[in-house]
Amino acid sequence: MKPPPFEYHAPATVDEACTLLASLEDAKVLAGGQSLVPLLNFRLARPAHLIDINRIAGLDGIYERDGGVAIQALARQAAVEDSDLVARICPLLSAAVRLVAHRVIRNRGTVCGSLAHADPASELPAVLLALGGHVVARSTRGERHIEAEGLFQGVMETAIAPDELLVEAWFPASSQPFAIVEESRRHGDFALAGVVRAADRLALFGVAPTPVLADPRDPLKGLQPSGDLEATPAFRLQLVRVLTEKAFAA
Amino acid sequence: MRVNGVVHAAPSDTRRLLSDHLRHDLGLTGTHVGCEHGVCGCCTVLLDGAPVRSCLMLAVQAEGHEVTTIEGLAADGAPLHPVQQAFHECHGLQCGFCTPGFVMSVVGLLAQHPNPTAEQVDEGISGNLCRCTGYASIRRAVVRAAELSKK
Repeated sequence: MKPPPFEYHAPATVDEACTLLASLEDAKVLAGGQSLVPLLNFRLARPAHLIDINRIAGLDGIYERDGGVAIQALARQAAVEDSDLVARICPLLSAAVRLVAHRVIRNRGTVCGSLAHADPASELPAVLLALGGHVVARSTRGERHIEAEGLFQGVMETAIAPDELLVEAWFPASSQPFAIVEESRRHGDFALAGVVRAADRLALFGVAPTPVLADPRDPLKGLQPSGDLEATPAFRLQLVRVLTEKAFAA
Repeated sequence: MRVNGVVHAAPSDTRRLLSDHLRHDLGLTGTHVGCEHGVCGCCTVLLDGAPVRSCLMLAVQAEGHEVTTIEGLAADGAPLHPVQQAFHECHGLQCGFCTPGFVMSVVGLLAQHPNPTAEQVDEGISGNLCRCTGYASIRRAVVRAAELSKK
């Protein structure tokens, strides 16, 4: 299989990457590639330019900041999974990242990539939303924080502008109790539905075009999940009801 | 990039997948290609010692890195790698199509967990599909591989 034609760029610094993003039309950032490369292989994505950020040194940090943990753009999911710092400050993120695909995928996949890709059924966007974290977007225009509540705008759509690079995600410390519970057909598959609990906050995933915050006492309110071969809307609602109970039983 | 210890130039075609580069340009056909979107695990190779999907990487991305394929685990005529030996002893393969991917994933698993629990074994091979459904013997092979690796 062969991805569609694209022009390949491998900037050595964040500034170079931002300059490329500002000057090129129809460019896509390549980090871990575990979502983007399948889309290229299937030719569902046909960007004119691919900006591979993997050659940028010093962009794979995981560090403590403002009472939470910051995960830089090239920190692999496996590194976050193994990080003692993440386990200490944000054990909810440690638990969630283990549910993302399989270890071999996590060896390449990045936390920031999952957030930028914004698949409605993926775990990490819902974790960021439940915790009230933010991402840091950089461009030649400067740097800005985008709060989780304004980040996810639609199926695989975010508030990150075409000329911006997501350089870091910030997850607040997860206070007790927390839980992430999901139902999938096979271990490592995308969830049919899932819930994230961070103290008294609840975020749902797999049941709307974006992850959504919900009222723990009435999690189904206003929810209209879509149906597909794997699950009917009614089944997804039932899953949300049961998974929320499980998350709040802990 | 170095592949099984030998230095090779990266392909000039930037859209060449690493899996296709290994098979078509370098003739290393032990790396199998199944689904080509990261689900089946057949194309798993080691990148700087950690298992990754070679179908989800561009070959140019491996420039400056060390790639190990199934051919790199044991030289022709040399004793098998402990993981290969364990798959052989425990009948951890039937048709063999998924085997190179399983073996490379298990090499990575045992590097991370030299004494894997039953749960870690299942988690470690959960990203590889076997259409002959020989999972019971593959599980046994992983446990045996852990024993053989200590000798």
